[in-house]
Amino acid sequence: MSTHVLSLLVEDKPGLLTRVAGLFARRGFNIESLAVGHSEIPGLSRITVVVDVDELPLEQVTKQLNKLINVIKIVELDQSQSVQREHLLIKVRVDNTTRSQVLEAVNLFRARVVDVATDALVIEVTGDSGKTTAFLRVLEPYGIREIAQSGLLAIGRGGKSITERVFKN
Amino acid sequence: MTTESTPVPSPALVPSHAPVEITGAEAVVRSLEMLGITDVFGLPGGAILPVYDPLLDSKKLRHILVRHEQGAGHAAQGYASSTGKLGVAIATSGPGATNLVTAIADAHMDSVPLLAITGQVFSNLMGTDAFQEADIVGITMPITKHSFLVKDPREIPATIAAAVHIATTGRPGPVLVDITKDAQQASFAFSWPPKIDLPGYRPITKAHGKQVTAAAQLLAEAKRPVLYVGGGVIRSRASEELLELAETTGAPVVTTLMARGAFPDSHQQNLGMPGMHGTVPAVIALQEADLLVALGARFDDRVTGKSALFAPNAKVVHVDIDPAEISKIRVADVPIVGDLKDVLGDLVTAYREQATTITPDLTEWWATLDGLRSEFPLGFSQPSDGLLAPQYVIQRIGELTGPEGIFAAGVGQHQMWAAQFIKYERPNSWLNSGGAGTMGYAVPAAMGAKVAEPHRDVWAIDGDGCFQMTNQELATCTLNEIPIKVAIINNSSLGMVRQWQTLFYDGRYSNTDLNTGHGSVRVPDFVKLAEAYGALGIRVTKEEEVDAAIKLALETNDRPVVIDFVVSADAMVWPMVPQGVSNSYIQYARDHSPAFSEED
Repeated sequence: MSTHVLSLLVEDKPGLLTRVAGLFARRGFNIESLAVGHSEIPGLSRITVVVDVDELPLEQVTKQLNKLINVIKIVELDQSQSVQREHLLIKVRVDNTTRSQVLEAVNLFRARVVDVATDALVIEVTGDSGKTTAFLRVLEPYGIREIAQSGLLAIGRGGKSITERVFKN
Repeated sequence: MTTESTPVPSPALVPSHAPVEITGAEAVVRSLEMLGITDVFGLPGGAILPVYDPLLDSKKLRHILVRHEQGAGHAAQGYASSTGKLGVAIATSGPGATNLVTAIADAHMDSVPLLAITGQVFSNLMGTDAFQEADIVGITMPITKHSFLVKDPREIPATIAAAVHIATTGRPGPVLVDITKDAQQASFAFSWPPKIDLPGYRPITKAHGKQVTAAAQLLAEAKRPVLYVGGGVIRSRASEELLELAETTGAPVVTTLMARGAFPDSHQQNLGMPGMHGTVPAVIALQEADLLVALGARFDDRVTGKSALFAPNAKVVHVDIDPAEISKIRVADVPIVGDLKDVLGDLVTAYREQATTITPDLTEWWATLDGLRSEFPLGFSQPSDGLLAPQYVIQRIGELTGPEGIFAAGVGQHQMWAAQFIKYERPNSWLNSGGAGTMGYAVPAAMGAKVAEPHRDVWAIDGDGCFQMTNQELATCTLNEIPIKVAIINNSSLGMVRQWQTLFYDGRYSNTDLNTGHGSVRVPDFVKLAEAYGALGIRVTKEEEVDAAIKLALETNDRPVVIDFVVSADAMVWPMVPQGVSNSYIQYARDHSPAFSEED
């Protein structure tokens, strides 16, 4: 199995997410991460899906996704040809003895503190999964109370756009 | 399917484009009329009541009131499968809608153009577990080509037009339109035609020229080619083009369960049906082929047997309008996405160009296949219990009715025998539930076919098990003057399951005895049941009674006919490839494998 990042351009319609998720679930594939938001074209949304699946079943799922009436376009984004980022909010336990060490780690990873309490910090970090995993490992000993994580976001490198030539005909 | 198959309004129906103020319910009826639909099957209920009111006044729409919504669904399927036109079923919310689910799933598996219109509870009650509420859009998502929820009456015309377009173009399939009761009741300014906006739906119909040339080259070079014909040929109305390709190339043809009738059975090049219960020549031809040209076929497990061992030495040309079918099971050497009606024509032209330089010689191949044909013809032996042979009954129905008839089967042994022993000469004459395997399909499907093709003799060839699932539609047939003919192949059991129990479970007959036949209490008595429904009921137990009963059925057109053919329970479907093994292990009869299969 290998990890694949799919970017879907879809019509913004109710139930669309269920249709997409259903095609994965039907084949017993787990969606590792999912991010949904508006695209630059009104009425069109963009979904970024990360799945761990072999090449051949992935091709079948991609074809099935393409058959969904509300799916306009699908591209697989290769890691080297795209920028991939995830966004985390982490609540870490701190006290007077550990706070400065945690803040040092925050600076080293170019993360940001977005909320401060006497016994905890909420930290925001953005990066690829290598960076965020390393950051979490560093914070682990202090006591991670809570994590909220966005799905992976990805966009192709260079000047081309996924929405190009979509409405050609 | 070509875009021609989309029902289009005849010029006379096109109104002035000035909008008129009507209700959503009236818009449903008006939209169906404008789309050229003439027959719908359904059953009213609370959430669809508004639509049924204007339906009463429609001069262009004939509504046939069924006794169960599943019957409406299968009737719409039969209507569609016997003509290639769209079938329409209407039901209310909740259980009305869920009763359509089996038929929708069936249509999805067999690519039947079906429009299902369901009422939904008031939009402000949705999600509250309201009376007769079911999330039918959610339920049917995996089994429809698309499903729509309409909460605004202004969306009704465009949604119904889009649904019909989706259902009938590309790879046909079922589309559901769920309309809330408030959207049916509210008024709006109706105008026609509506604007259909489907940016994500663009079926490919014209194939890539290079791919067609590559396919033609493989065909010209092949020593042992087989045209592996699937139901797509029927859906795309490409039988004539197929005949031309077959005769131009001289290649043998096999027609799958869904493709029976796509190529005439009387044609010398037709080897019959492949698969688990296929003919020995068809199964072995595929196994030994060096080239498979798959035409609107999808390498179903019932055709391939163990797919890794299927046609091990063959290259594959795969033509389908659905890109997702290509290389799904078997990787195609030459994938061609397109409408068969166009592609087959292009393929013939390209082949003729290739054949000027290469002279294909299939003499040796045909010698092998003809040898198999003479050694292993389709046939059956008389049951050892001396009772009526079901295969004989079915064969005689086919012979006495002729190829202009329509034959709808249930699912099980009788379905396989009907696929084997009736000779099909034209597309759309054989209707069955191939993919889903829905018991109970036959009676309502035959009813739908008879509505669509009233001049044809329409048979439901059913089992005693299947018949008991949907026979309530006999009431619909009698009351609406739809004189179908039902042949119950009554072996007093769930025959196909019983056959597997005989072969694979040491004859331990767990829960397969239905007590409808010889030596049983006969509950129900099918002849009395037929009479209760106003149909002509006939019981046949001996071979010498068979022809007379069939002839009487063919002459009776003032009411439905039900013939209870009480047959031997011991008859089995042969040939057979046991599940999960290579097709080379085909058995011609029990413990009788063709000698050559041992070589593999």
